[in-house]
Amino acid sequence: MTPDSAADAAAALKDASRSGASVRLSGGRTKWSWGAAVGEPDVEISTTGLDSIVEHNEGDLTAIVDAGVKLAALAERTGTADQMFALDPPLGADAGATIGGAVATADSGPLRHRYGSVRDLVVGMTVALSDGTVSKSGGKVIKNVAGYDLAKLFTGAYGTLGAILQVAVRLHPLAPETATAVGRGDEPHALAAAAADLSHAQLELQSLDVRWEGGHGTVLARSGGATAADPSAEVAALLAERGLEAAVIEDDAGLWDAQRAAQRSDAATVVRVSGLQDQTATLLGFAERHDARVVTRAALGLSWITLDAPELVGELRAELAPSPCVVLDAPSHARADIDPWGPLEPGSTALMERVRERFDPTRTCAPGILAGSR
Amino acid sequence: MAADPALVAELRAACGDEHVLTHHHDLRTYESDGLLQYAALPSVVVLPGTAEEVQRVVAACHRAGVPSVARGSGSGLSGGAMPVEGGVVIALSRMRRILEVDLPNQRVVVEPGVTNIAVSDAVGPGHFYPPDPSSQIVCSIGGNVAENSGGAHCFKYGFTTNYVTGLEVVLADGEVVELGGKALDMPGYDLVGPFVGSEGTLGVCTKITLRVVPAPFAVRTLVAFFDSTSEAGEVVSEVVSEGIVPAAIEMMDNLSIRAAEGATDAGYPQDAGAALVVELDGSEHECEARFDKIVDLCRDGGAWEVRVAQDETERALIWKTRKAAFAAMGRIAPNYYVQDSVIPRTRMAGVLRRIEELAGEYDLQVANVFHAGDGNLHPLVCYDGAVEGEPERAEELAGQIVKACVDEGGSITGEHGVGVDKKRYMPSMFDEADLATFQRLRCAFDPDGLANPGKLMPTPRLCGEVPGPYRQHPLEAAGLAERM
Repeated sequence: MTPDSAADAAAALKDASRSGASVRLSGGRTKWSWGAAVGEPDVEISTTGLDSIVEHNEGDLTAIVDAGVKLAALAERTGTADQMFALDPPLGADAGATIGGAVATADSGPLRHRYGSVRDLVVGMTVALSDGTVSKSGGKVIKNVAGYDLAKLFTGAYGTLGAILQVAVRLHPLAPETATAVGRGDEPHALAAAAADLSHAQLELQSLDVRWEGGHGTVLARSGGATAADPSAEVAALLAERGLEAAVIEDDAGLWDAQRAAQRSDAATVVRVSGLQDQTATLLGFAERHDARVVTRAALGLSWITLDAPELVGELRAELAPSPCVVLDAPSHARADIDPWGPLEPGSTALMERVRERFDPTRTCAPGILAGSR
Repeated sequence: MAADPALVAELRAACGDEHVLTHHHDLRTYESDGLLQYAALPSVVVLPGTAEEVQRVVAACHRAGVPSVARGSGSGLSGGAMPVEGGVVIALSRMRRILEVDLPNQRVVVEPGVTNIAVSDAVGPGHFYPPDPSSQIVCSIGGNVAENSGGAHCFKYGFTTNYVTGLEVVLADGEVVELGGKALDMPGYDLVGPFVGSEGTLGVCTKITLRVVPAPFAVRTLVAFFDSTSEAGEVVSEVVSEGIVPAAIEMMDNLSIRAAEGATDAGYPQDAGAALVVELDGSEHECEARFDKIVDLCRDGGAWEVRVAQDETERALIWKTRKAAFAAMGRIAPNYYVQDSVIPRTRMAGVLRRIEELAGEYDLQVANVFHAGDGNLHPLVCYDGAVEGEPERAEELAGQIVKACVDEGGSITGEHGVGVDKKRYMPSMFDEADLATFQRLRCAFDPDGLANPGKLMPTPRLCGEVPGPYRQHPLEAAGLAERM
């Protein structure tokens, strides 16, 4: 069903809860298969009818948007004021990704290096719970400590605590100029060392990635600001000093589109690694041995590794333990055999279950999809 | 209230006799936090030295059914660390070890009693820890976590919540849980997110993992003087609409300039209607390109003097005056009541006018010091506690100011927290359904309500049993009643 108001969405959830039905929320359905393989729900509530940009407060650099608003639509709207919502995950088929889906899965892209992730950009949230309650937390100002920060609790919860209906977000000015310094090389340790240098330098980069594909690697460092060419030239010089083949690319949008695209795969298995910076070389070495593709947000320790053989997930987890390796995309034939979340710390899992119990006691919302939640 | 002897014995066994205080004069030291208007006497103060001791203390309190309040340096400004009358205060000031500095991964692991400034000191000069409350030389990281502390530089860098990646928490029943860690995007619920800023109501953190960042290469600071706060406010809007994100933009009005100048002698002109402090940091290129623009915007916006700090000493002097503003209020009035409301930045001029009107109506002086970039106002309502009726009038005026801010789409608190001080304003921002939803989280962490009860929420609530699977009541089936 496709409700066109928050009240209708809450009522639909409540009805499902009363009848013992399971519910999943959907937006653009670009990440529908993520999480544990739970099959189709009894009821699918689509947010595509909740698609208003309710407020765009240019002077305050904030916006209030319904969950079903496409990220692409929000980018277009904020762009008219030279502003952006600095969350740039891959947008999926037909650029269909909605803000609700991005928040529910805590997805992110290269801009995260400077601007943070969903949890750093969402300042308020309205949700519906399975008993029909509609409630809000946070506010629409960028600084606010009144009440519990439930927006962070719902971020990345895969819809298991309730339905995200609307969010208030912080916006940022678009950088007038961008340019990217790239450093190419074939040796994992050299690439990792160069990326680590940049992440520890006083550079204020907009994005800092490493890419590995087909036996070759690249460090990509994007400067964005009042001037971008000069800082990029300096970064390129640093990369050259590190023995990489360096260049500055001023028309750089395509490079970053490719980085985003490499976080997804239609046919292969994509694993998101919540690692640490000093694991970058290990990860690139793994990719070299198994001919895998890697996108690393070097300063954040986050990586997306694309494996042709789903069986390699276990080996990857063993090599990078205890860093969590979460399977995002996987071929449908392999999906049922994969534990997408991997092992969890038992104490916090019990607490997560108690949180679930309080928010969705009927287990209506996406049961079984998330680690640590029935 | 006398302490429960069995509980005191347990606490002594856990932490040693010398770290358990029960004498009246010792307890008095802990009766308030930085907000002295509120006080309550605990029956015991215990100072554990390790996470294991904290665990034993909390478990003992749980067995005895006695509420506890964790306390860091006691510099909070909302009464968040005020004791529960007759309860236990867990003072974490002995737990001030920096457990690990992991610069390759840009993480620091600390105990809760470590001061804010000590984190930056441990990773400098190449790195720093950005949240910088004015009290940073004394306030503790544990307290910062509880209150989600901000500071002058959070417009650009964010708040405590943006820098905490992991926590070790002792829940109110004594169970120890690890939330998050050094890595980002850990699978499962983000419980670190709601724990930060939970004001001690979800448990006691005993270990905190923080993200640190490279220190900026260049810093440029100026102070500009204007005839009025509305002129200065207009410049703030222009700076932001230019797409510039300064590290800090701070404003002081005439009354706060006069108070602070009297205290610091930094040479702020006493007749200025507003002082605007702007600091840019980042790469040399970015600072150069943007700073001249800001100077121009100030001049074009009516600044009759723009002072650019030429060196670190001059920069420190500019900041000294700003940071002294609260403490210096004693020069204007014997007492003051500080508010912490937030407004959308574009509403600043209107709200400041409204504050001025209200001050006139209540016949009291209000000084304004604020983080202009993020719209966080600190109106200081000045009064004389010795004059009959004045404290009440000041409190009422402060409440009216909060209301004016919330009416403009703002918040009752930007960084000081709700505590006991602002809980009565919570219903102005959140309706009953919102508050009941907050309570669900509280109950998942602390079903018995023993962790810092009486704070944050406007009215006491019980948790009750988790509701079982829904069953329709016969009256509902007959259409005669509906569950709310």
